[in-house]
Amino acid sequence: MSFSYPILPGGHLLAIEGLEPPHISALLELAESYALLNRSGKTQRDLLKGRTLINLFFEDSTRTRTSFELAGKRLGADVINMSVSQSSVNKGETLLDTASTLNAMHCDLLVIRHAQSGAPALLSQKVSASVINAGDGTHEHPTQALLDALTMRRRKGRLEGLTVAICGDVLHSRVARSNIHLLLAMNARVRIVGPPTLIPAEAARMGVEVHHDMRTGLKDADVVMMLRLQKERMVGGLVPSSREFFRFYGLDAEKLAYAKPDAIVMHPGPMNRGIEIDSAIADDPERSVIGEQVEMGVAVRMAVLDVLARELRRNA
Amino acid sequence: MLNPTLPVGTDRRGAPLLIRNARLLDPASGLDILGSLFIQGGLIAEVGAVVAAPEGAETLDADGACLAPGLVDMRVATGEPGQEHRETITSLALAASAGGITTLCALPNTDPVLDDPALVQFVLRRGEATGRISLLPYGAATKHCEGKEIAEFGLLKEAGAIGFSDGVRTIGNARTMRLALSYAKAFGSFVVQHPEEPSLAAGGAATEGELATRLGLPGIPRAAEAMMVRRDIALARITGGHVHFAHVSTAEALLEIRAAKAEGLRITCDTAPPYFDLNETAIGDYRTYAKLSPPLRPEADRLAVVAALRDGTIDAIASDHQPHDADDKRLPFAQAEAGGAGLATLLGITLARVHGGDLQLLEALALLTCRPADLLGLSCGRLAPGAPADLVLFHLERGWQVKAGTLPGKAQNSPFDGRALEGKVLGTWKAGRRVFGA
Repeated sequence: MSFSYPILPGGHLLAIEGLEPPHISALLELAESYALLNRSGKTQRDLLKGRTLINLFFEDSTRTRTSFELAGKRLGADVINMSVSQSSVNKGETLLDTASTLNAMHCDLLVIRHAQSGAPALLSQKVSASVINAGDGTHEHPTQALLDALTMRRRKGRLEGLTVAICGDVLHSRVARSNIHLLLAMNARVRIVGPPTLIPAEAARMGVEVHHDMRTGLKDADVVMMLRLQKERMVGGLVPSSREFFRFYGLDAEKLAYAKPDAIVMHPGPMNRGIEIDSAIADDPERSVIGEQVEMGVAVRMAVLDVLARELRRNA
Repeated sequence: MLNPTLPVGTDRRGAPLLIRNARLLDPASGLDILGSLFIQGGLIAEVGAVVAAPEGAETLDADGACLAPGLVDMRVATGEPGQEHRETITSLALAASAGGITTLCALPNTDPVLDDPALVQFVLRRGEATGRISLLPYGAATKHCEGKEIAEFGLLKEAGAIGFSDGVRTIGNARTMRLALSYAKAFGSFVVQHPEEPSLAAGGAATEGELATRLGLPGIPRAAEAMMVRRDIALARITGGHVHFAHVSTAEALLEIRAAKAEGLRITCDTAPPYFDLNETAIGDYRTYAKLSPPLRPEADRLAVVAALRDGTIDAIASDHQPHDADDKRLPFAQAEAGGAGLATLLGITLARVHGGDLQLLEALALLTCRPADLLGLSCGRLAPGAPADLVLFHLERGWQVKAGTLPGKAQNSPFDGRALEGKVLGTWKAGRRVFGA
């Protein structure tokens, strides 16, 4: 596949916000082709040959890190995992100290996860590598939104006109923000559903519908996307207890019945079974596409790495 | 007791000087004429359209530039003592002179905190030693600025404290604030509050709203300011004390302050240039130089601040200078320190509102000179015979660009980086001695 324009202007993937619909479509097309390739068992190990990909994770993650690692290896990159231990952060090493270390290593592609919103953007100003945001604070998680969109598109055949209900702890969710930007750009209808204490301020001004009741929020939805409720939120007093949360906002068969009969259920993982989602739903092969999301994750990350490597060659 | 308004040591006083052909601007008297000003013995000796210079006196032709009282900045943070890598009092004085500022009030939340008379005297002396500025420290309102027990107001005042404050910290406990307001009355003093309900502000990095939501930054609701203002107004009412609200930034808080003033309570307030020149969009792309406390607000609040400058609700414009070095700011937004360098830009940003048609020139200068001086009980801030010869000479239209890295002094963390300004300081005099300009 060839593109006549840069799909990721600037040579980084820092956020979905700001990407134009043609960019998003192009990424999804490419990811689709990688999904097919992956299923066929073939590989394309020359594309990133000689390129160094560093997974720089300041927060624990198994799923996302492994997914990037696999994507990089399937395209032939040399993949290095750097878990930045709390100890070096505690020793006072700053993000920018890390940046100069990485520059000295001549890294080409840098995947970063960080607990602070904007950390990848800051790093992108200081490193020579292409930076991919693998989740920053409560800001964005762009590859998650792309893999979610790819999964929806494969299951529903389109994004335009779909009604997507994003439910739970929207306030702290970077997954929700990236999905909102992507889905609105692609003309889907987006609802966010949760208790008012977990809905971000002025969320409606982003163009979503806000619901505090799962009945109205899920009504006739094509896609029900559940978010992880982090246990520490309970400590912050934003919700009184997990049992109360599950009673009113946890996805069970009764609540799912408000959505369309063929609605799919998504979750970015890792799940809190019995808190935001009932195991019976999570494991229902008829409704849950959680496994497919993981599969699409590798394909989407291959597409992103591919596109950024093209930019590297263009600028070489 | 030290009288901080007295000119610094005699040996520092300049020789007699006649500044002629200047546009004399004295906001206290409303004077705006082309004329001359004669300085002798560190004091203003004569002001008028025609002033005869004594034989042999040095003469300076101002070429029609504006001559106004040196600026009185009632809120700055010094890096000294404790954070000298950010700013020393020497570098602070250098930047102040370049900005036309001759009197500054220093916040007490230094390290150690200014809750001891000796420390207040230390800062006074360090300021005096620069020969450039009067540096008048606030005493801590509470011991260690911890917001629990009130500090030794009497002894601190005797040592030279200009007022009492916990600096960038809110006095959150209502009883403590009540006691502070009440006790300060005994010494004819006042309490400066950083008005922000702490439990709502904790952990926040930006004003709560659509922008903070998009950037994924923890928000502080705007109401946190008005809420604290409302509480302290109630405490001023029951104590009869004088509370001064620093860097007021929201429409709602200004409404409360306007009403309390109309009621006759002893309420005053200031704002800082970022709050009438910038709005929250300045933090887009995680620009940490625009991370301030309180955070920048939506445009509607900026407009309300401008309106309150115009109608007199706001008593003074203070720089709210907060020196930070690159390591404090080159961090992810929520982890970066809040606060901006503000000395070099205080006059220029204020004049931007004059050029923009929001304020009259004398009105704007009053907010930088006689109004804060009156509030603080100082004799400076006016072009009157007998007043200290603290002066700023500036060109009203001459342009310059704010460039972080090239600003005078140590602190380069200007939220106005890149901003083009009209209005340039040509010269500054402290007690008759030239401290800036050739």
